[in-house]
Amino acid sequence: MIMTKKIKFIVLILGSILLKSCFDSSRPNYQYFPNMYEAVGYDAYDESTAFKMGTEAQLPVEGTIPRGWMPYEYDDTNEGYDSAKLNLINPLEQNTENLKIGKELYGVYCAVCHGSKGDGQGILMKREKFLGIPSYADREITDGSIYHVLMYGKNLMGSHASQVDYEERWQISQYVMTLREDLIKK
Amino acid sequence: MCCIFTSKFETIFFNFLVKKNSIFFHLFSHLFSKVRLMTFFGLISFFSILFSANLIAQEPDVQKGKSLFNSQCAACHKLNRNLVGPALKGVSAKYEKDWLYSWIKNSQAMIKSGDPQAVAIYEEYNKVAMNAFPNLSNEDIDNILAYTDYVPPKPTPPPGAPVAQTSSSSSTNDIILILLSFVLLVLVMLLYLINKTLKSLVNQNTVFADQQNNKKGIPIWKAFAKNQFLVFCSVIFLLLSSAYYAYGYMLQVGVDQGYMPIQPIHYSHKIHSGANQIECQYCHSSAKKSKHSGIPSLNVCMNCHENIAEYNGEEDLEKGYTKEFYTNEIKKLYKAVGWDENSQSYTGDTEPVKWVRIHNLPDFVYFNHAQHVNVAGVDCKTCHGPVEEMEILYQHSSLTMGWCINCHRETNVDLKNNEYYQKIHEELSKKYGVDELTAAQMGGLECGKCHY
Repeated sequence: MIMTKKIKFIVLILGSILLKSCFDSSRPNYQYFPNMYEAVGYDAYDESTAFKMGTEAQLPVEGTIPRGWMPYEYDDTNEGYDSAKLNLINPLEQNTENLKIGKELYGVYCAVCHGSKGDGQGILMKREKFLGIPSYADREITDGSIYHVLMYGKNLMGSHASQVDYEERWQISQYVMTLREDLIKK
Repeated sequence: MCCIFTSKFETIFFNFLVKKNSIFFHLFSHLFSKVRLMTFFGLISFFSILFSANLIAQEPDVQKGKSLFNSQCAACHKLNRNLVGPALKGVSAKYEKDWLYSWIKNSQAMIKSGDPQAVAIYEEYNKVAMNAFPNLSNEDIDNILAYTDYVPPKPTPPPGAPVAQTSSSSSTNDIILILLSFVLLVLVMLLYLINKTLKSLVNQNTVFADQQNNKKGIPIWKAFAKNQFLVFCSVIFLLLSSAYYAYGYMLQVGVDQGYMPIQPIHYSHKIHSGANQIECQYCHSSAKKSKHSGIPSLNVCMNCHENIAEYNGEEDLEKGYTKEFYTNEIKKLYKAVGWDENSQSYTGDTEPVKWVRIHNLPDFVYFNHAQHVNVAGVDCKTCHGPVEEMEILYQHSSLTMGWCINCHRETNVDLKNNEYYQKIHEELSKKYGVDELTAAQMGGLECGKCHY
């Protein structure tokens, strides 16, 4: 009688351990026919010896232009900035469609620091993660200089070229210029 | 027995009195230390008032300097560490005041005129042009310099006061602990006594029960086996319940809901997306135009973390998420991306971060983020849940086919401003007799849409 009780007890413990291991949240669940789950081809971000650095994610080949990009001729120097500011002109027509997309993109990529009105009062500024972010009204900026800074970054602002493509950069520049006009009017 | 019990009780009560005395003593000492604390805080506030009065009397205003520094200089300079420009602590000792005035007002003009100090600093910091600040007056600059030179005096607390505070708090803890253990002891005593009396009662009755048991000879399982209807019912019940559990078990195979792997860098969505309100697409920027919602490359992290080198936000001490813990995670990022904090430049020595993929659909299903995020305008949270509250990210939804189809059946498609498809939308509306079409009615349930 005591023996059977002991056996029952052990079975219960083993069973609960087994169940527990089934619900281990740090491991993926097992699969029914894994062959159908896992791709034969290379998945995005796959690890593979077939590629440089062992990852599927690669940089564009040198001398090629990624889709949605355009060659950019100005250098990442002070002179490049000055000449982009003077010579670079927004190729997009200023219309409500472009401004609407520009506003959306500005909300995603810029407003967190520069503030939704462009006055430099974004949430990261208010929480003192960043300090001294200038208002657009206090800086002499043009469409060209905004595009240049989005492309290469300036001072503490990093390059956002990997996050927005050619057209989106111009849409953002266009929207930033309207924000600046609104700020100056006030 | 009764007599013994009362004598026991007396000793306990006596013990309690002794303890109570010590409790009173603790309480008294606690009050006393409070008085001392109050005088301590009074002294501090007195000194601070004196000190602030002193500040107002001082000519270059440190407070004004601080606000000017934060609004004008802090975008590129920190006090104690090099950023875009040099650290500015004690800068007035390095240069003459007049030189600093003209440098801050227009540094580029000085470089062009060939001032040796100006050219040297320009070369040292990678030829980054400092903005000109013609709007700052000499007085403003004096204030800023006063702030950069300012060394906050270390407050020297009167010895003994903080020690008294800690000891009093620990003594209150002790009182509570002693009281609790006393209550527990009494409870154990009571239980023991009750158990004893019950046992003696049972002993009296067992003789009668044994006699009754001997009369009924058949064990209960034999009686059960004889009743065929009962056996039939219980077999059916067993079969049904085991089928239910087997079905539930098989349905969860391959479903990773709640999957929460440990990542190589402890990246907290709660801090980034919750507290700092950074949009999802800032980092996952390819969600709007690609099949994948991409994992950001580390240059995107560095857009902010060139500046933010240490964590200063809230801590969760219980789980070990201290400031040092988070700062250490930022250092991991620096190591992976090859960022040298001292020289504020990239070493070029990088290593990939092997993030563990959480959301992973089987290869036989096609899913496109751009279609859902950009075209349908589905909010990220609809599928990924309250990411802004997740300290460690986990899979919120089941990502099963039933879950997909359910959403396609319930979600109305936005048909406005879509002239190209206007005609087919009208025809479909007529066919189903509805004003608004769901994704399912537009073919969102066809096998080939997702499986091919």
